[in-house]
Amino acid sequence: MKISKSPWVLHYDGSSCNGCDIEVLATMTPLYDVERFGIINTGNPKHADVLLLTGGVNAQTAPVIRQLYNMMPDPKVVVACGICACDGGIFKECYNILGGADKVVPVDVYVPGCAVRPEALIEGVVKAVGILEEKKKKLKESMKAGYCTVDYSKMAIHMTADDYDPSTQYDAVLTEEALRQQAEEKIKATNKPAPKPVAPAAPAANVAPKPAQVVAATADSEKGDKA
Amino acid sequence: MTLGMFIKALIYILLAPLIGGTLAGLDRIISARMQGRQGPPLFQPFYDVFKLLNKQTTVVNSIQVLFVTGYLIMTIFTGALFFAGGDMLLVFFALSMSEVVMVMAAFSTNGPYSIMGAQRELLQMMCYEPMTLLVAIGFYYANGSFMVDDLIQAKIPAIAQIPGFFIGFVFILIIKLRKSPFDLSTSHHMHQEMVKGLTTDLSGNNLAFVEIAEWYDLVLMMGIVGMFFITANPISRLWAILACAVVFFLETLIDNLFPRVKYITMLKVTWSVILIFAGTNLLILNVLK
Repeated sequence: MKISKSPWVLHYDGSSCNGCDIEVLATMTPLYDVERFGIINTGNPKHADVLLLTGGVNAQTAPVIRQLYNMMPDPKVVVACGICACDGGIFKECYNILGGADKVVPVDVYVPGCAVRPEALIEGVVKAVGILEEKKKKLKESMKAGYCTVDYSKMAIHMTADDYDPSTQYDAVLTEEALRQQAEEKIKATNKPAPKPVAPAAPAANVAPKPAQVVAATADSEKGDKA
Repeated sequence: MTLGMFIKALIYILLAPLIGGTLAGLDRIISARMQGRQGPPLFQPFYDVFKLLNKQTTVVNSIQVLFVTGYLIMTIFTGALFFAGGDMLLVFFALSMSEVVMVMAAFSTNGPYSIMGAQRELLQMMCYEPMTLLVAIGFYYANGSFMVDDLIQAKIPAIAQIPGFFIGFVFILIIKLRKSPFDLSTSHHMHQEMVKGLTTDLSGNNLAFVEIAEWYDLVLMMGIVGMFFITANPISRLWAILACAVVFFLETLIDNLFPRVKYITMLKVTWSVILIFAGTNLLILNVLK
């Protein structure tokens, strides 16, 4: 059995014009019926696996998105639906728009479109559950090694972006190096024979080449720069 | 005797999640077909639980884990007691105990939605508890025993004597199986005012435990429905299964037909139905016997 057989979706509207939101709801209708893939639209971040974000992110919704993301249990994936969520779209130049969803949380799949087509959206979610499966494997490996590698490094990049000050409003998120150090200290402290001394490097190597999957067009240039 | 009971309980503990999960999947397919959709695969509930077991479990406080595990264990105990042929009264008391533990789990999280769900769950219990007790009493009136082992040896099916209790019980099953007009405490359909009520603050393993406990509960409820039809005659078991199927379909139909109601409506409607059907039935039995 695969974990990707039941992706539960949480949908959040960053600051969208509601066009994409209507398309997200359209996928639930008899015509598209995403429940045949086991997809349920849950309103609860603690039950969700996939975070669907629509609309560009503004200063007010940024902390909300971050909190939703932090509340979701690992493994989790984020899908940016529509061009606004991908990089800000038509609202990119607005004074209050920070940009796409990847300004606040690590985005795994970008689904462009204005508004996003339900078919594209379904394909995006299906791609996302593929990533979910990879992340589960990675999580298991890292848990065995004694620490958690899930995407925090990626997230930390956005945390230190110059858009806003993370220390005031958001939970502190540790970088992967910090996590690894913590884990090693813990292992030393407990004086347990370390399960794999080389293990920390292996999952880290897995992190690096993992690209953000793109359905059609991408908006990942900024991320590359910051990394 | 005791060995037989153990074996029956063991069979229940092993088979009930399979049957319950399949029934839950069937429920989702039937619901989808009623709405003109294709619906998920039959074994979707198993995929869901498997996924939940493989996810990270975020826990609000450690006592929550104890309560949720307690809920699962109490529910299994209740069902095992019933299918092993135990005391109906004890079955229903253990059943309310398991519900109380679940309510405690929700209260312990201190989250607004969980607490709202827990309070509503208590209201729901207030609605259906009288009926569950009355069912035990009804069986006693019909066959002169509280023991399930004796009840299934009846000469004529219990439904012949206590049809009112049956109607009342099928009615409270809507609450018990968390179906739509009365699913106040855990809104099963998306985007409602209380997110997921009781289970809002549960994730990973804990949520999976709740799902599994609900499968056990479902099988237990269907077992009680079957009890109304079972006699010493083996063919009656067929009728019992048929009755379970009809009741199960009816519950799904009701789920899809009605929107949710306020708790006060639920209280009024449920107690009226219980009073009219089960109460009248009880009176008649009292006069006749």
